[in-house]
Amino acid sequence: MEAIERHTIAVLVDNEPGVLARVIGLFSGRGYNIESLTVSEVDSVHGLSRITVVTSGTPMIIQQIKAQLDRLVPVHKVADLTAEGAHVERELALIKVCNTGEERIEALRIADTFRARVLDSTLSSFTFELTGTAGKLDAFIKLMAALGEVEVSRTGVVAIARGSDVSMPMLRDKADGL
Amino acid sequence: MSTDNTTLETQEDMSGAAMVLRALEDQGVEVIFGYPGGAVLPIYDEIFKNNRIRHILVRHEQAAVHAAEGYARSTGKVGVVLVTSGPGATNAVTGLTDALMDSIPVVCLTGQVPTHLIGNDAFQEADTTGITRPCTKHNYLVKNVNDMSRTLHEAFYVAANGRPGPVVVDLPKDILFAKGTYGKPDGKLHKSYRPQVQGDTVKIEEALRLLAGAKKPIIYGGGGIINSGPKASELLTKFVRMSGYPCTLTLMGLGAVPASDPHFLGMLGMHGTYEANLAMYNADVMLCVGARFDDRVTGKLTEFSPNSKKIHIDIDPSSINKNVRVDVPLVGDVTAVLEEIVGRWEREKISPDGKALAAWWKQIDNWKSRDSLKFGPSIQTIKPQHAIKRLYELTRERDTYITTEVGQHQMWAAQHFHFEQPNRWMTSGGLGTMGYGLPAAMGVQIAHPGALVIDIAGEASIMMNIQEMSTLAQYNLPVKVFILNNQWMGMVRQWQELLHGGRYSESYSEALPDFVKLAEAFQAVGLRAERPDQLDDVIKEMLAVDRPVIADICVDQKENCFPMIPSGAAHYEMLLGPEDHAAQPTSEEGMVLV
Repeated sequence: MEAIERHTIAVLVDNEPGVLARVIGLFSGRGYNIESLTVSEVDSVHGLSRITVVTSGTPMIIQQIKAQLDRLVPVHKVADLTAEGAHVERELALIKVCNTGEERIEALRIADTFRARVLDSTLSSFTFELTGTAGKLDAFIKLMAALGEVEVSRTGVVAIARGSDVSMPMLRDKADGL
Repeated sequence: MSTDNTTLETQEDMSGAAMVLRALEDQGVEVIFGYPGGAVLPIYDEIFKNNRIRHILVRHEQAAVHAAEGYARSTGKVGVVLVTSGPGATNAVTGLTDALMDSIPVVCLTGQVPTHLIGNDAFQEADTTGITRPCTKHNYLVKNVNDMSRTLHEAFYVAANGRPGPVVVDLPKDILFAKGTYGKPDGKLHKSYRPQVQGDTVKIEEALRLLAGAKKPIIYGGGGIINSGPKASELLTKFVRMSGYPCTLTLMGLGAVPASDPHFLGMLGMHGTYEANLAMYNADVMLCVGARFDDRVTGKLTEFSPNSKKIHIDIDPSSINKNVRVDVPLVGDVTAVLEEIVGRWEREKISPDGKALAAWWKQIDNWKSRDSLKFGPSIQTIKPQHAIKRLYELTRERDTYITTEVGQHQMWAAQHFHFEQPNRWMTSGGLGTMGYGLPAAMGVQIAHPGALVIDIAGEASIMMNIQEMSTLAQYNLPVKVFILNNQWMGMVRQWQELLHGGRYSESYSEALPDFVKLAEAFQAVGLRAERPDQLDDVIKEMLAVDRPVIADICVDQKENCFPMIPSGAAHYEMLLGPEDHAAQPTSEEGMVLV
């Protein structure tokens, strides 16, 4: 058996109705894994969205996933950031922790160590904003969970290649002066 | 073309429904297959006023799609379907899935409730784009009448280019009434969908080197050759002849190389010939042309052609390395890539290893001598294989097109009817849709009014779209329905016999109609052959009649389809006949496969 690999794949798509359903349907219909998926418009002038999907599978499956994504009609480009070299991945989480007394102080101390920002607080809770790798977020959430009741909202991974190469450029529109 | 003046000339104000007809005309559409309903009434009103596009009224929407598929497969053009919202669209789903699996270009226009009612559970509303997303190559919902013409032109482009497939355009009723600006096809490149047509020269070089050095080559061709156009079949035949390499074809590829060519080993796969499968197993270099290593072809994957270097030509990159890892992937259109291969083979005067090739052919001829398609004599009962063989022999001088339903008769037709040209064989390969053959034959006959079109059917499959006999009557389409009637769902019964201890659960065709009377009820001619000596007369009479015919051929009820690779087994574990089975019980892994 071939080893299972984790890949972060960026997909540039037309921001049209149904495009996300098409991508998700592809993964569920063919039995591929989705560890995380994020999507947002990145170019409002040309109506382009960028999807970042973290998936896992054998090298043959990963190749299939990319080929299957690439043949979807509204897909402009597929980039396997894991295969193409160094890249940076970040995720953002909002973490609400409810506690009082010593635990409350400890939560704040740990948040400081992790460089989490306080977005909201009451006398019995904090809401932190934390950005980092998925691993860093996991570690922070685990610690918070030990200190009180916790509610978490995470964005999923976004990623981009390191270096000066631009593989999915924002299209410049002269009329816009962009 | 892009000057402002021309743009103005190519634009015109009209209703959405009028645009539909105009776009179809501009796309060169001559025929559409459809069924009216509330949501598409504005389009039917335009059809009433139009005398350039012919509408064929089917009796069920599934049949409309299969008819469009038959039309497309036999002409190479895009087949067009028009159905209403809700049940019209859901009935079309099986046909769309069939077209997706077999890569058939179809544009299906579906009606939809008015935009302000979408999502309201309105009468005859269904989430058509949602339902058809996984069973189409692409689909669209037109929400603005000014997007109508661009969307329709794009639908035709997507259906026909790259790996072909079905495209749905969902049309809300208010958009059909709304007035807007129509634009002609502008020939601009699609913004994102641009399939690679030319093959990579470095890879072609590698492929040529492998092919030239082959000692035990095999060419394995599929439906992609047919889809690429008749030129692809010519080029492949040319390559087979000038290299002297043996060639096998998939169910979908039959006709790409003439069946009479001595290099042709017959179909491969589960019910393919012994020589084709053993040549695949023992080959050292394989050239796969427009085929997709389907499970019916490969059998047990780990033992599929284990020692060959594999070259794979396919326009769809996702077909490459999906099931079987290949050594030289060649993404591109079959015609373009073969042109390059054949041209260079000629220019560089490549000559294969004659001695090795002669030894290879000797081995193949040895396998061939097992005569894996042999069958017993028709003494008391008509053997189904014999019926197909006689049908072939009595029609070979005619301009013949064959469609099939799904099951034993389909495999016997593939084995015993022989095709000299592409586009003559229409069968549901990927999805295996019972009920495909009759409506597909309708579509073929519409496209080729003077030709002989025969649906080789089973008595169970034919019942699945039997209502289309009424369409044949309405348009006086002289389709011949040739039923191999063994009173069983034969393939189900065969598997129950081989894999389930002969427990024939629900596979007997109980309470069959009298097909002769049924034919008459549908204004067709009904014929029946019950004994071997009646067969030829029935076939001749069927061919002599210029009307739709149902020929009820009562065949041996117990005959099984051999040769057969049991599911989960390797090519060399082929069963040549019933006597082969006892020695090799099917593995547990094989049992769970379909």
